[in-house]
Amino acid sequence: MTTEPTPVLEVRALETCFFTDAGTVGAVDGLTFSIRKGDTLALVGESGCGKSVTALSILRLVPDPPGRIAGGEIVFEGRDLLRLSSREMRRIRGNAISMVFQDPMTSLNPVFTIGDQISEAIQTHESVPRRTAWRRSVELLELVRMPDPHRRVHDYPHRLSGGMRQRVMMAMAVACGPKILIADEPTTALDVTIQAQVLTLLDRLKREFGMTVLLITHDLGVVAEWANRVVVMYAGRKVEDAPVDEMLTNPKHPYTRGLIACVPHLQAVPSAERPPLTEVPGVVPSIVELGRGGCPFAPRCAQAMARCREQMPPPTAVVEGHQAACWLLEEATEA
Amino acid sequence: MNGVAADQETLLRVADLKVHFQQKKPHPLAAAPVVHAVDGVSFEVRRGTTFGLVGESGSGKTTTALAVIRLVHITAGQVKLGEIDIGALEGSELRRQRRHMQIIFQDPYSSLNPRVRAGAIVREPLEQLGMGDRAGRDERVAELFRHVGLRPEQQALFPHQFSGGQRQRIGVARALATNPELIVCDEPVSALDVAIQAQILNLLRGLQEEFGLTYLFISHDLGVVQYMCDEIAVMYLGQIVEQADRISLFTEALHPYTWALLSAVPSADPEVRDKRDRIRLVGDPPSPIDPPPGCRFASRCPFAQAQCTSETPALRQIRDGHTVACHLVSDDGVTPMRRSAG
Repeated sequence: MTTEPTPVLEVRALETCFFTDAGTVGAVDGLTFSIRKGDTLALVGESGCGKSVTALSILRLVPDPPGRIAGGEIVFEGRDLLRLSSREMRRIRGNAISMVFQDPMTSLNPVFTIGDQISEAIQTHESVPRRTAWRRSVELLELVRMPDPHRRVHDYPHRLSGGMRQRVMMAMAVACGPKILIADEPTTALDVTIQAQVLTLLDRLKREFGMTVLLITHDLGVVAEWANRVVVMYAGRKVEDAPVDEMLTNPKHPYTRGLIACVPHLQAVPSAERPPLTEVPGVVPSIVELGRGGCPFAPRCAQAMARCREQMPPPTAVVEGHQAACWLLEEATEA
Repeated sequence: MNGVAADQETLLRVADLKVHFQQKKPHPLAAAPVVHAVDGVSFEVRRGTTFGLVGESGSGKTTTALAVIRLVHITAGQVKLGEIDIGALEGSELRRQRRHMQIIFQDPYSSLNPRVRAGAIVREPLEQLGMGDRAGRDERVAELFRHVGLRPEQQALFPHQFSGGQRQRIGVARALATNPELIVCDEPVSALDVAIQAQILNLLRGLQEEFGLTYLFISHDLGVVQYMCDEIAVMYLGQIVEQADRISLFTEALHPYTWALLSAVPSADPEVRDKRDRIRLVGDPPSPIDPPPGCRFASRCPFAQAQCTSETPALRQIRDGHTVACHLVSDDGVTPMRRSAG
């Protein structure tokens, strides 16, 4: 790959902190990554790794207080989003960059019809009459393959199933033709059959609107099928960054390896022997406890060396487009 | 299936189990709608094995398991645990027999009382069922903590002082306390982080081997089901549509619904992705209040024919230990999927 397409979004050395009674917590700690146009980038990690805070930081929706974006840059179309006024930011939110939230049960307002809610998203960004916005809402519901959209547009959220609600959320998210769609665990609350429907829809919308997708998930199966790049996060930091196939076949960071090995993957032909699953011992440290310096994964890492506890490993290139932050890589190249 | 397993005695027999719930009348003169949550389910579980129930939400898998341990009312049918007729038990007798059947809940955050210390949570079933004396219980609780990988001195802590994985270990210890024969595992790992799931699954398998436990295992994660279960029943709208041992179910699925479920699972394994033919289901399952006549899956089945919407298919044995309820599967096991492919 010689001609790298220009990134649509670049996150550079992002730091988002929460000021709590227990002290200052660096939820996102010097995170750097970029998304190329048309890509689906998956942000992977256990809960508490800072995935959702990253998404909220991009949209500047981190609740302040207690949170604050303490440093870094988020460059979108040549502008640093962190320097925009809140008025300018409102024009971007839901318009150029929009978001689908995890839980479709709680992200819709129960006292307005779905038509009202989609229309509101349109009218916030475009000065169109209500009737036009309403007509567009019906079209959007058609676009997301909502059964019987002319009738459903008048329904309240409680009348819809989980899958249908997530379709409404997606209709709202694409209402203004965003360039980037952030999907935060869009299918975690759904059954597998409905999950497949929603992800197929997401992929179709992405192609029709020429969108770029930032997909937050912990399901590596979803990553393997729907994303083309992966950023693995641990304790607010990026530990590995690679194209999907490269990450699945050649994971370098022990945390990534642990994530892949610890889940019983569905096998085409189940093996008769069932050896115990590989465990990643311990839990994600609460970031308050985390000492500065040293690799945050070291306490859970089976291969941790003395150096890992003292110095933070820098991102090291494995091959073109594949980075991991682990001292083991350095050892391997030195040896 | 290996020979030893086939010889094991049957621990749990469920025959034509029905659980119906009456809903509130929409207006005073109307008939109360009835939800057919479980509608004629039969299966047997051999001692020391894991029986999996899979299906979408609303398929009745949890209600089936709750009925088996009498946490919901059984409308009709028979449940026998060994020689005990669970369905016929009442009052103090039911209470006495509860020691043989316990449950591990899905969410370790809401299933532990935040005001009670971990040790007391695990001790509670022993006290409720009057098992052992004070010293015996102390010893038993300490032993249980060790069995599930916690330290006995952690008994004094409150649930919020534990991580999610550790809380689920407390839930496992509580279920083990009375030395039960059958443990219902209702989505025991779905509320846990991916990296923690393996710890709990390994623990459950280790305990099964050590104590010869029998699990009724519910999960929507087919990867987990494939790893944990010896025998699996696929449920749809209150009925079993297919049942087989783990190898047959995943290699030779017969029912279109099972195929659809398997093909919907996103997979990190390229071999799985290449092998499967995608069946994309459209829409949601119909309401269990008025289940459609004929095959309940017909409204979403891409192969449905006239017969499917009029006649209810019965469960038929196609191969040894492999049953299916579908008109379109021939007696020699040719599926509609294969017919349409070739």
